[in-house]
Amino acid sequence: MTELVATSPGLYPLPDWAKDELGDLKGHQKHDLISGDEGEEIVDVYERARSEVVDVQESAGLDRVVEGQLRWDDMLAHPLAVHDNVDTQGIVRYYDNNNFYRDPVVQGELDFDGDVAAELDATAELTDAPLQAVLPGPYSLADLATDEHYGDDAEFLGAIAEFLAGEADAFPDVETLFLLEPSLTENAPDDGEDERASEAIDAVANAVDAEVVVNTYWGALEEKVHAHLLDADIDAVGYDFVANKEENLYNINEYGTKDEIALGLVDGQNTLVEEPETIRERVQWVDDQTPSAEFEKAYLTTNTELFYLPVNKFEAKLEALAAAAATEVEA
Amino acid sequence: MTNENRDQFKPEDHPNDHFIMTSVVGSYPKPKWLNRMNDLYEQEDGPVDEEDLQEAEDDAARLITNEHERAGLDTVVDGEMRRNEMVEFFADRIEGYEFNGPVKVWGHNTFDKPSVASEVEYDESWLVDEYKFTASVTDRPVKVPITGPYTLASWSFNEAYEDEEALAYDLAELVNEEIEKLVDAGARYIQIDEPALATTPDDHQIVGDCLERIVADIPEDVRIGLHVCYGDYFRIYPDILEFPVDEFDLELANGDYEQLDVFKDPEFTKDLALGVTDVHVAEVESVEEIKENIKKGLEVVPPERLVVSPDCGVKLLPREVAYGKMENMVTAAREVEAELDAGEIDIDAPTPADD
Repeated sequence: MTELVATSPGLYPLPDWAKDELGDLKGHQKHDLISGDEGEEIVDVYERARSEVVDVQESAGLDRVVEGQLRWDDMLAHPLAVHDNVDTQGIVRYYDNNNFYRDPVVQGELDFDGDVAAELDATAELTDAPLQAVLPGPYSLADLATDEHYGDDAEFLGAIAEFLAGEADAFPDVETLFLLEPSLTENAPDDGEDERASEAIDAVANAVDAEVVVNTYWGALEEKVHAHLLDADIDAVGYDFVANKEENLYNINEYGTKDEIALGLVDGQNTLVEEPETIRERVQWVDDQTPSAEFEKAYLTTNTELFYLPVNKFEAKLEALAAAAATEVEA
Repeated sequence: MTNENRDQFKPEDHPNDHFIMTSVVGSYPKPKWLNRMNDLYEQEDGPVDEEDLQEAEDDAARLITNEHERAGLDTVVDGEMRRNEMVEFFADRIEGYEFNGPVKVWGHNTFDKPSVASEVEYDESWLVDEYKFTASVTDRPVKVPITGPYTLASWSFNEAYEDEEALAYDLAELVNEEIEKLVDAGARYIQIDEPALATTPDDHQIVGDCLERIVADIPEDVRIGLHVCYGDYFRIYPDILEFPVDEFDLELANGDYEQLDVFKDPEFTKDLALGVTDVHVAEVESVEEIKENIKKGLEVVPPERLVVSPDCGVKLLPREVAYGKMENMVTAAREVEAELDAGEIDIDAPTPADD
């Protein structure tokens, strides 16, 4: 029987009180965003907010607890945006959304930073629940950034992978690592690049002693990209069944997948809250539609990050996911 | 050459033979005291009640309408003093919408993105009172900007409709109903704002189909404009010429007219409302500079089909800068008209085909 694990890809909305307090403390312009050296007052707000979202996850009953990535003003570009050798420049659109981040321009060597590990250390202090780390996948992070230092796409991707591996290596004990790779669907790698993307993911995955899930979303992977991804030493691929059911099923049935799977069954970008029964039906549906696959474990999650939602709906979605995973039925 | 639809707004005492109509997109910086009144009104058991706020909004609308008059604009707006945000304001008045709280746009800039929780229905009027008030405090023609159905649909969470397109068409019916009421109240110049088209240009046919619903049974002589901004126009041109509107209001100064050539071939067959001052630069362009920008418009359409306005709403500018831009824009337009009268400007625009 498949073990169901309720989790999320992180990048949560800030609690509304924290939106207000931080807006007042930091300001609303691009030079006001997080650069990694924020002062005591700001640190304090984020600590209180982090504690709140850890509580939210625990009381919802999720099987993995994430830090929430509340400081990630630049969304998935955050780990670069706070790096000393990266200059954050103009505001650019975040994929096809009405959201924007600062273009991180890499101007020097991407050596160890430790920003994400510090967030996880702080989270570990707050809970005994199994922790889940969240990082941008190397391909997406390279896609979101501008390189002015390495000068070659392949070399840049390799440097980003090495950087993320170094960050992951500094993590405290985590049960799971989610690597978010929306660019694999949104800006699919070309021939050759797909293989390098897989190798880059492999490099990051091998840096942690944890189960690694590569979460893809806003569509389905091209067949070749999917095939290369399966070559990486990871434990599960995340499929977005909200955005594209057919092609994701096709990929799984045609090329197989890992022994574990992450199912993006809950819409991270719509306020309509799915009922736990609906989520269970969708789990069953995926199981029925993939007759040759036997999953040891299925992560139930939203397809995308969650900062797109107002707080009340975000919390309701986490509760629905936890309730869906908790009601054990024959799979 | 004449252009009856546009020239119904020409002032009787217009000083030149040529007429290049001056207008604005809509929003204008709110006086600081109005923001303060709004803050006080939001406070629980605060010192400002609804009646006080209404009075403040009336005062602000009168003030900004007069500011537009003073700048010399041919058509005026109240600066959208009563509107908080271009989607929220309408969502608040449409049955079927609900609000759940702010969501991030970028950094700590948030937006109360509403959810469509059930079928949308027309409830209270959205803009008739706003229009009537503005028209009562000015002798100039009043333009009424309305957020378009495609943008209202795209910038909401859709819980109730099969897809965004179906929601947009239902919203278009409501916009049509509102415009009918505005026309009954005397409005002659309506501008549909569709900024969402910039991010999803492939959906331009949906916008076109929405416009067909919007203009159904609206008298021909009511001027309908469409405002779009910050997009790759080559992806929507020339298809948009099929849209049932009289005027396209385009932001082009911000991109230094790099995209101007897009509109030269094939021939631009509608009226062009050209953005001639950049709303993202907090410095007032000189009259000379704006005149050069206006002449760019003459490369696309003849003078009788040209309207000039700032690129977009000016609400994020300091108020004195917003005013300075309008004032210089009007001066520039009048000077270009005089030069046209004197035959000092060669008009490059293709002459309308004989058909």
